Amino acid sequence: MSRPVQFNNTVKFQGIPEGYMGEGFMATNFEKVVSLARKNSIWPLPFATSCCGIEFMATMASHYDLARFGSERVGFSPRQCDLLMVMGTIAKKMGPVLKQVYVQMAEPRWVIAVGACASSGGIFDTYSVLQGIDQVIPVDVYVPGCPPRPEAILDGFMKIQDLVNAEGLRRRNSDQYKSLMESYGIQ
Amino acid sequence: MSLTNERIQQRLNEKFPDQLYNWQEPYGMLTFTGSKEINLKVMQFLFDDEELNFRFLSDLQAVHYPNQVGEELAVVYHLHNWVSNVRIRFKVFTDIKQPDVYSATALYQSANFMERETYDFFGVNFIGHPNLIRILNVDEMDYFPLRKEYPLEDQTRIDKDDEMFGR
Repeated sequence: MSRPVQFNNTVKFQGIPEGYMGEGFMATNFEKVVSLARKNSIWPLPFATSCCGIEFMATMASHYDLARFGSERVGFSPRQCDLLMVMGTIAKKMGPVLKQVYVQMAEPRWVIAVGACASSGGIFDTYSVLQGIDQVIPVDVYVPGCPPRPEAILDGFMKIQDLVNAEGLRRRNSDQYKSLMESYGIQ
Repeated sequence: MSLTNERIQQRLNEKFPDQLYNWQEPYGMLTFTGSKEINLKVMQFLFDDEELNFRFLSDLQAVHYPNQVGEELAVVYHLHNWVSNVRIRFKVFTDIKQPDVYSATALYQSANFMERETYDFFGVNFIGHPNLIRILNVDEMDYFPLRKEYPLEDQTRIDKDDEMFGR
């Protein structure tokens, strides 16, 4: 007997990575399996300093539901998290704190700058505000808006998922990546 | 009998004849100016006097007037008498080339942080302050941002087109 109301009937499954499959076994690229797992279990670390953080709260809550993307667990310890979400104005005095949080995160780590202030300083073109967090840490995805709507934050999050999916296992060992870190004076 | 502005002015003029000037009452708040050498004496008198009884320093800040040569920086004290609920404003002016003003921390504990803030933004050197270091801005800052000669915008920014942003 069918129920009068059908809940959650549009569940989408992640595609199986291409490989050779047979009875009870599957052979595929290890990198693809790792990417699939990482992409769908990103632990975000919210670094919310102002109004974009309020939008992120809406993004986390039931209506927009960030948990759909495998980020049920929002961590508040940088050592456990994969994705640093910087939301809001970062004052110059906060810059070293932000960098410290980034340094404490384990590799691989990604950074998303949510909103105009985190991306570029926004309207706060003033002596006390950091003009974009990319002055102190490398940023993977910028989300424009003042503040951005939760849909925009989700879009930025999905862009991060694409990056995570596409990233090779050895990228963090590459000379290019090391020189990027050195240009920020990290390690 | 409540404490009136006229009575405060009379008491101050008796104690400091011809040393306080520029008496005003904007929005009913008694405002006057004195030389920076006597700022502590005036406040000590306002604090100790049984009738005046101004025992709370509610605010302290500076103002930069770049056109007043020789007295560019004004340090403004807002004093409050809790008992009579009367507020007054006391200003001293100082030369920006030598912005030394005596610290009121010994008299009012609340002056400690407010003088640090005033030093941070205007560079007023409070003599006798126990810990005169920056409080709000980054420690590496090498100027006093609220002085008028410094533009508000962050000068380290390179991504903004001057033409588009009117800088």
